[in-house]
Amino acid sequence: MKRALLIVATVLAVFGIFGCAQGGGEIKIGGVGPVTGEAATFGVSTKMGCQMAVDEWNAAGGLLGKQIKLIYADDKGEPAEGATVWNKLIQQDKVVAIVGTVMSKVSLAGAPISQAAGIPMISPTSTNTKVTEVGDYIFRACFIDPFQGTVGAKFAWDDLGARKAAAIFDVGNDYTKGLSEAFRDKFLALGGEMVAFEAHPTGATDFKAQLTKIVQAMPDVVYVSDYYNDVALIAKQIRELGYTGPLVGGDGWDSPELTAIGGAAVENGFFTNHYSKDDTRPVVKEFVAKFKAKFGSEPDALATLAYDAMYLMLTGIKQAGSTEGAKIKDALAGISLDVVSGRVQFDASRNPVKSAVIIEIKGGQQVYRTTVNP
Amino acid sequence: MGSIINAQQIINGLQLGSIYALIALGYTMVYGIVRLINFAHGDFYMIGAYAAYGAFFLFNAVLGGAGGPMAVATLLFAMLAGLSIAALTNRFAYRPLRYKPKLSSLITAIGVSMFIEYVFSATPFIGASFRAFPAIIPQSLFKIGSATVSNYVVIDLAVAGTLMIGLTVLVKWTKLGKAMRAVSQDKDAARLMGIDIEKVISATFMIGGAFAGAAGLLAGMTYPRIFPYMGILPGLKAFIAAVLGGIGNIPGAMLGAYIMGLAETFASAYNSLLGEGIAFAILILVLLVRPRGLLGEKTADKI
Repeated sequence: MKRALLIVATVLAVFGIFGCAQGGGEIKIGGVGPVTGEAATFGVSTKMGCQMAVDEWNAAGGLLGKQIKLIYADDKGEPAEGATVWNKLIQQDKVVAIVGTVMSKVSLAGAPISQAAGIPMISPTSTNTKVTEVGDYIFRACFIDPFQGTVGAKFAWDDLGARKAAAIFDVGNDYTKGLSEAFRDKFLALGGEMVAFEAHPTGATDFKAQLTKIVQAMPDVVYVSDYYNDVALIAKQIRELGYTGPLVGGDGWDSPELTAIGGAAVENGFFTNHYSKDDTRPVVKEFVAKFKAKFGSEPDALATLAYDAMYLMLTGIKQAGSTEGAKIKDALAGISLDVVSGRVQFDASRNPVKSAVIIEIKGGQQVYRTTVNP
Repeated sequence: MGSIINAQQIINGLQLGSIYALIALGYTMVYGIVRLINFAHGDFYMIGAYAAYGAFFLFNAVLGGAGGPMAVATLLFAMLAGLSIAALTNRFAYRPLRYKPKLSSLITAIGVSMFIEYVFSATPFIGASFRAFPAIIPQSLFKIGSATVSNYVVIDLAVAGTLMIGLTVLVKWTKLGKAMRAVSQDKDAARLMGIDIEKVISATFMIGGAFAGAAGLLAGMTYPRIFPYMGILPGLKAFIAAVLGGIGNIPGAMLGAYIMGLAETFASAYNSLLGEGIAFAILILVLLVRPRGLLGEKTADKI
């Protein structure tokens, strides 16, 4: 009997100490990104951004008097793997919040699990509108697809002085179609005229029929919302048809391949992006310098947004004064914070209302042009 | 209608048609002589583009970069690559099946096509991703009336035109051409006349492959982005062009290709959302009215 009591007491003591160490010493936050697979660089950047934010907070005294522990998991860019990782983080690791993940399709697999468990989640870079529609525990740190079109139109109208615009997009791709439609709607609302609105089939290489129509309508600006591969071909062909005016697009342009294929044709091209490392705001300069010192490379948009997302999450927990999911999500909903990629405030659909940067292609390089507020 | 049918759009259509024509000729010649739809033909075109790409970097130091000599060298290289792959495919994939059921060759053709595509995407120095095609000749623009024309348009039309005239001469007035026509009409009779029909078939494949290779170079130059799957869509459209013109008929393939190029351009200009759908609707209509194609001969079975 005594022996049995001793065993029970020992077991209790061990669990007690273990439990205390877990509850008292640290707050666990989950991070998710595709560290392997087709989008591996995205996951690695995201991890660096998360780690940097956590390290900074820990150095400054932690969160609610405790140290923060980042548990980073690899979703491999696959929805099924994402669901597994989400369950593991919530049930096994007992994280209080999750920052992740990159791809919209994977975030859409994780979000319902977060929502059901009441664990708040901020996706750094999933731009599909559906992600935050899953529920009130789901936030994101980046702007959504249609917003880029709106910003593009505003930039074309204000900065480029365009009054007549044309657009071309991939009819089989929701991203490019959504951007072009948002551009058109905003440009018309500003009082502009859409002189051509042309689609092309997915996988096309010859765009001349549509582009001829566009060029003959004599627009001041042409909105090209495709990914860099198609943008480069479209730029080449529209220049061949004698158009010399500006081209404007979205973050699908963000690749070194754009200038490799497009060459001189993509000059006088502008695109909306989440962030530019050449932004002159002090907060950006400081972030870029700190990031370089820590990792030896310049932060891309993914690392920056992951850093911002983690920063938002930690601030939300701090403001909630608790690690309870329901309180964190309420704090996040009311947050207003300046982060590296701009000032973030969430709207009713938990999408940030924030500014976008415009990047110009100049001499084959991406050059920061301006910041456009919504 | 002014924005749909005008000088610029006609030039666009002719340029597109020239590339289709060079591919369509290979389809139609091979069909004419062995009654085989060579679905790997679009991949010969892709190989031509990659050969030109490789040749550019190979010859860059010797020929001093872009310009006329480089254009000729890469064109010859692309044609040689198309010719070689066509000859190899014929020898190892189609010849053993020559007297087997037609369906076996057809399925083999699809297999060869996928094989080439996957091998290319898996080869480390080629890879599945897009590659930027170098400017083999510096581009320049000039005006014809209201239309803006680049020298690439002129090159595309000139190369296609020259090759097509060359082919016509070859088929009509040379011994090989005579043999090709004989084999296409009646293999057994041709053999009895002492024609080595395998040699003639091989030559036909090689000419078709060389033309596809040339088309690959032109496409690479005109649409400067190449990847291992670039042959699928143009191959399919060129095949349709060949059927439209009357498969097995050489002038028919040229005509069909230019009709395809123009129809696609006008349709996309008329309504880009429907776009190519309209072009294909025209095709279906033509074939409903004239199943053998525009210039095709009356035959009972086509495929």
